[in-house]
Amino acid sequence: MREATLWTLHLAAGVVILVFLSIHMGIMHLEDVLTALGTGYRDALGWASVVMRNKQLYFTITYVILLAAALYHGLYGLRNILLELGPGPTAVRVIQGILILLGASLFVLGTIAAIAAYVR
Amino acid sequence: MANGSQTGQIGLRGWVYAGRFGLERYAYTLHRITGLGLLLYFLMHICVTSSRALGQAAWESVMGFLSHPIFRIGEFLVYVAFAYHALNGVRLILGELGLGLGNPVRPEYPYPIAHRRQRPLFLALMIISGILILAGGWDFFVTKH
Ligand code: HEM
Repeated sequence: MREATLWTLHLAAGVVILVFLSIHMGIMHLEDVLTALGTGYRDALGWASVVMRNKQLYFTITYVILLAAALYHGLYGLRNILLELGPGPTAVRVIQGILILLGASLFVLGTIAAIAAYVR
Repeated sequence: MANGSQTGQIGLRGWVYAGRFGLERYAYTLHRITGLGLLLYFLMHICVTSSRALGQAAWESVMGFLSHPIFRIGEFLVYVAFAYHALNGVRLILGELGLGLGNPVRPEYPYPIAHRRQRPLFLALMIISGILILAGGWDFFVTKH
């Protein structure tokens, strides 16, 4: 793919992450603030809350979207940083190979976990 | 041996001192550090949270292990990194789309600097980031402990 396309995707992924990660962080780390404001629920990491989320298709789908967007955004960002160091063509291919493999395997792992938790 | 003032290199000082490049140069350094920190955490986070697919016992044993104060503080740092990286990222995306930088003008001395046009936006975003960090700190350290 053209470099400009990859970079535009990096920015677009940033926007997607902004939306879904903000929701995620709000649920996980501002739960008591939100409860004080009259919304939200307690004990976000308790098993009951985990099951409650995992059984909702909304969370299954948005988790997989967030997984893909954040893996792409983060690993592409790392690739940029590494390529800035000026590696030769072979090193570039090795770096890209490792990052693609890493991203693809974690995407598969996370997606299987999200689906397994939903159907469980 | 050439000294720094002749070569324009400032050595190790250049890692922490942005000189005439100003505030946004520090913002860039922090954006890079927080981006790498978030990535490192995220890769581990995928593996850790996948344990929920194995059932309650697996989940609770992992969460029990991670309830150590060291991990709680690490988790708070991840939250802080998010609050910074996300809001500074908004500024970067707007800038990369050419928004909020003012119209191009003829380069006449003293040259106008686009960053200066953007600085109020930057400061406003950092204030929001600071509020989020305080709210998160309240949740992490006051209501939970
Ligand atoms: C919360 C929403 C986020 C937004 C709005 C956002 C936005 C951005 C933007 C605009 C850039 C710089 C692109 C450039 O100027 O070339 C960037 C870089 C980066 N981001 Fe994010 N990001 C977000 C979340 C994340 C997350 C969750 C991770 C980790 C998985 C991450 C990892 C990185 C990395 C590693 C870089 C490269 C840093 C560099 O080149 O110095 N970001 N982000």
